[in-house]
Amino acid sequence: MSFINYASREINCKIVYYGPGLCGKTTNLQFIYSKTAPEAKGKMISLATETERTLFFDFLPLALGEIKGFKTRFHLYTVPGQVFYDASRKLILKGVDGVVFVADSQEERMDANIESIENLQINLKEQGYELNKLPFVIQYNKRDLPYVIPVEEMRQELNMMNVPDFEACATTGEGVFETLKAVAKLILIDLKKGK
Amino acid sequence: MATPQMIMYEDEFKQLNTVLEKLLREANAKVIFLVDKNGQLISGVGETERFDTTSLASLTAGNIAATGGLAKLIGEKEFSILFHEGEKDNLHISIVGGRVILVVLFDSRSSLGLVRLRVKKASEELAAVFDRLAQRAEEREKGGDGDFPFAEITDDDIDNLFS
Ligand SMILES: Nc1nc2c(ncn2[C@@H]2O[C@H](COP(=O)(O)OP(=O)(O)OP(=O)(O)O)[C@@H](O)[C@H]2O)c(=O)[nH]1
Ligand SMILES: [Mg+2]
Repeated sequence: MSFINYASREINCKIVYYGPGLCGKTTNLQFIYSKTAPEAKGKMISLATETERTLFFDFLPLALGEIKGFKTRFHLYTVPGQVFYDASRKLILKGVDGVVFVADSQEERMDANIESIENLQINLKEQGYELNKLPFVIQYNKRDLPYVIPVEEMRQELNMMNVPDFEACATTGEGVFETLKAVAKLILIDLKKGK
Repeated sequence: MATPQMIMYEDEFKQLNTVLEKLLREANAKVIFLVDKNGQLISGVGETERFDTTSLASLTAGNIAATGGLAKLIGEKEFSILFHEGEKDNLHISIVGGRVILVVLFDSRSSLGLVRLRVKKASEELAAVFDRLAQRAEEREKGGDGDFPFAEITDDDIDNLFS
């Protein structure tokens, strides 16, 4: 649910990065944070365990610029990917305007990818959303690793809805901004339709 | 979409701020924020420049969401008031009209009792403003909004954001 404030002339939109544990959601946000000019970003907040696993969420506010005289702000959140944090994941999805699904390209994580995308659909439904009606993009992350599944195969398993998808390496940043741009664009197109 | 877009207009924004300013004075508070349940800051009055308001809004909403989850687990609807006591400053967090979060920061110049009392009164006034906003949103949904500025967004506008 984007928030349009005519008084302060701002639009706020919420983007959630979803995906299995260790797929690289937090790394995506860290890269975006490191490459964004200080005046365009706020503080990045990470509520994490002592071993750097996301416990509740990461949060990164971005101010991208103006559209029709309105400051456009995107609030980026990640969910905790570990299976047992499901209650927290549901909370983060509240009020979401767009979703990025980060898949782990390593062979041994394919089951976890599928389980996570099904979990995303269930949790969205619980909040009254349909994934196929939301701005949604997929990222195939960790393409730099040796034993990765061919993109075509991942696409067949995960991208049934044929949404924009991107190969990425979040640690070097390859594909990270492309992914963000794509979901932001879909959100703004929705906004244009007055949804 | 599941929930209609939240839209804030100039008039209602002024009315909200009037209520918040009054609450700030009467409760002897240092700063007051109004945050939506999704973590977006709606407004703030008092010593706002001393705080990272964006972070504060997101964490407050996370806090309310988490305690709301806890409430459900034990069979409560929600905890409508949270109180955090610090060495110097205290936070009084409450839910207004079921949809927005009111955060009052105060120190020893005020007291929990006073804040509670004043928040209760202000909450009713704030809820009335949000009712009007919801009504306006509904009308807009039905009637269409002639001056909705984003109907005219172009691909260039969107691309320019990322240049
Ligand atoms: N080789 C490689 N490693 C990556 C890539 N992206 C992330 N990693 C590493 O994978 C590990 C986990 O990354 P995180 O970003 O913390 O994963 P997460 O998805 O936030 O995990 P949870 O918080 O548990 O859900 C870290 O050690 C990252 O450095 C990538 O593209 N390539
Ligand atoms: Mg993480």
